[in-house]
Amino acid sequence: MRKFVGLGLAAAMAFSLTACGGGSSADSGNKDAAPAKDAAAETTTGAEQEGGDAAPAAEGGVFKLGVIGPLTGPAAAYGIAVQNGVDLAIKEINAAGGVNGAVLEMNSQDDEHDPEKSVNAYNTLKDWNMQMLVGAVTSKPCIAVAAESANDNLFQITPSGSAVECAAPENVFRVCFADPAQGTASAQYIGEHKLGTKIAIIYDSSTEYSSGIRESFVAEAANQGLEIVADEAFTADTNTDFSVQLDKAKDAGADLVFMPIYYQEASVILKQASDKEFAPVFFGVDGMDGILSVKNFDTSLAEGVMLLTPFSATEEGSKAFTDAYVAAYGIEPNQFAADAYDAVYAIKAAAEEAGISPDMDASAICDAMKTAMTKITIDGLTGDGMTWDAAGETGKAPKAVKIVNGVYEMQ
Amino acid sequence: MSFLSYLINGISLGSIYAIIALGYTMVYGIARMLNFAHGDIIMVGGFAIFTIVSTMGLPPLLGILVAVAVCTVLGVTIERVAYRPLRGASSLAVLITAIGVSYLLQNIALLIFGSNARQFTSVVTLPNLKLADGALTISSVTIVTIVSCILIMIGLTSFINKTKVGQAMLAVSEDNGAATLMGIDVNRTIAITFAIGSALAAVAGALLCSTYPSLTPYTGSMPGIKAFVAAVFGGIGSIPGALIGGVLLGVIENLSKAYISSQLSDTIVFSVLILVLLIRPTGILGRKINEKV
Repeated sequence: MRKFVGLGLAAAMAFSLTACGGGSSADSGNKDAAPAKDAAAETTTGAEQEGGDAAPAAEGGVFKLGVIGPLTGPAAAYGIAVQNGVDLAIKEINAAGGVNGAVLEMNSQDDEHDPEKSVNAYNTLKDWNMQMLVGAVTSKPCIAVAAESANDNLFQITPSGSAVECAAPENVFRVCFADPAQGTASAQYIGEHKLGTKIAIIYDSSTEYSSGIRESFVAEAANQGLEIVADEAFTADTNTDFSVQLDKAKDAGADLVFMPIYYQEASVILKQASDKEFAPVFFGVDGMDGILSVKNFDTSLAEGVMLLTPFSATEEGSKAFTDAYVAAYGIEPNQFAADAYDAVYAIKAAAEEAGISPDMDASAICDAMKTAMTKITIDGLTGDGMTWDAAGETGKAPKAVKIVNGVYEMQ
Repeated sequence: MSFLSYLINGISLGSIYAIIALGYTMVYGIARMLNFAHGDIIMVGGFAIFTIVSTMGLPPLLGILVAVAVCTVLGVTIERVAYRPLRGASSLAVLITAIGVSYLLQNIALLIFGSNARQFTSVVTLPNLKLADGALTISSVTIVTIVSCILIMIGLTSFINKTKVGQAMLAVSEDNGAATLMGIDVNRTIAITFAIGSALAAVAGALLCSTYPSLTPYTGSMPGIKAFVAAVFGGIGSIPGALIGGVLLGVIENLSKAYISSQLSDTIVFSVLILVLLIRPTGILGRKINEKV
């Protein structure tokens, strides 16, 4: 009996270890990568034939752009948006004559928001002879990929990898803000617009994204006269029940809950808060973007939720993009699509500045692009007059939106 | 007031663990095997209800009935196909088969539904209970969960003590061989046990997803493991043990989240388990059986 229970416990432990990874074990990644590789090989040959046969624009050659992001899994809303954003920008650029006379070609690989799988995806793209990379979309995979691309000296621009380390190597640039910038900007925004004074924070201590934003938020909150009355964490294993965290926030009299987390958990928090009849201001950051697309989510729960996002589909300046996007993919673009779209235009601007051509190898392209990126200024969807410094960070002003009647309203 | 709120939420979480733990404990008591696929049957129940209620727009009660039917059939089928052929095999082989079945169910759900989380519409549509001028709000799901758990416990205990089938289950758990000699169909009894355990899993799925409304193919795995811990904690094989273990575990988990650290709650839960097993290896209500050689 005793032995038997012991055996069971051992099994339970082994089992819970695998369960911690959210079921995303490494070997299924390998399984997935194999057919993906075949598919990639096929697209390549297809494109080369096309390039050789017809298409006058292709005479200048083809720039091969890799995209890495979660196309399936819990963060799929981001990856698919980035894939669509890149695709739309490439189609527009190619139709308008390409970059330095060459066309752009995209190959996107799924990483399921898993760092290991993102490296597999990177290797698949390298076999495809990728010259520049747009990705990875989420922070952890992006850090893993940045380490690889730094080794290979391959030019990388991440639309939305916001952890500090994502753009640490000098070959990596980013379109979105870094986490500390988001946390600081959120605290400043809340302070300036007097959205609340007693702040509760609910964050995911098992992701760098969430804890990074929280850290800088806490640091800046003091300067803004914000009092943090509850500072509650959860982890990837306890991300289904937030009743205790919400109770503590409620008891502490919080009038604003800051949630530097992804939309999936946020949707559960909003549901549980409404069950408890706890209605403070909920303030999120870019990870909250996508909350309106959770399947079967009652969007009235998200009414009044504010989030820091550089992009709003309903804004005047993004109308042309939104219309083209909806026509092509059937859904409204989110900020990830806009980030990706801007990333491709940044590549175009920098490539023209640097005067690179497709016959150069990836390392030479990277060297030229690194300098060119710091010289360009583009008016993108996610900000006017975007510039980059040598550290890969962008300079633009943060904007916030509020969810009103189920759509974003620019503040 | 907040302590009361944490306590009630803890009891509600514990009640869900207890209902799941029943499935583990009954199967263990009768078939002497750990059915690790039990947690995933909860997830199947959740998806069955989601499909009926949210996709097809039918009433929640029908959803629960369909989920109970689907899970019962699934549980009996799994027992027939995967476990019965291994009845005489070593316990390790059965255990590994159970883990295999668990992954099979998860991956089938992944194929059919994808891994995007779904927001589960609560099957309980009653208004929340407000006490002390709104200082304490108890959600209706919490109350329904606790009440269902108590009803299930009473129902199951009287089923086992009062009916012939229940007595047969007791007999098989006492001594498999002797029960056969007395004319009890052991295979049938075990199949019934699986059917009951799986039907309970469907109910647990409805309550779990109504309280924590996020549904993915991995929804069942962590609660399944915790419920297994609850079963061991209370004394595996014992039905009142499952109740006590489940509720204690839920309360410890919630209170440690509230008063010690919201990050360390799982660490504390599993440490308590280790402590209990060091002091009472058979769990709180577990019987000490001297195995005859």
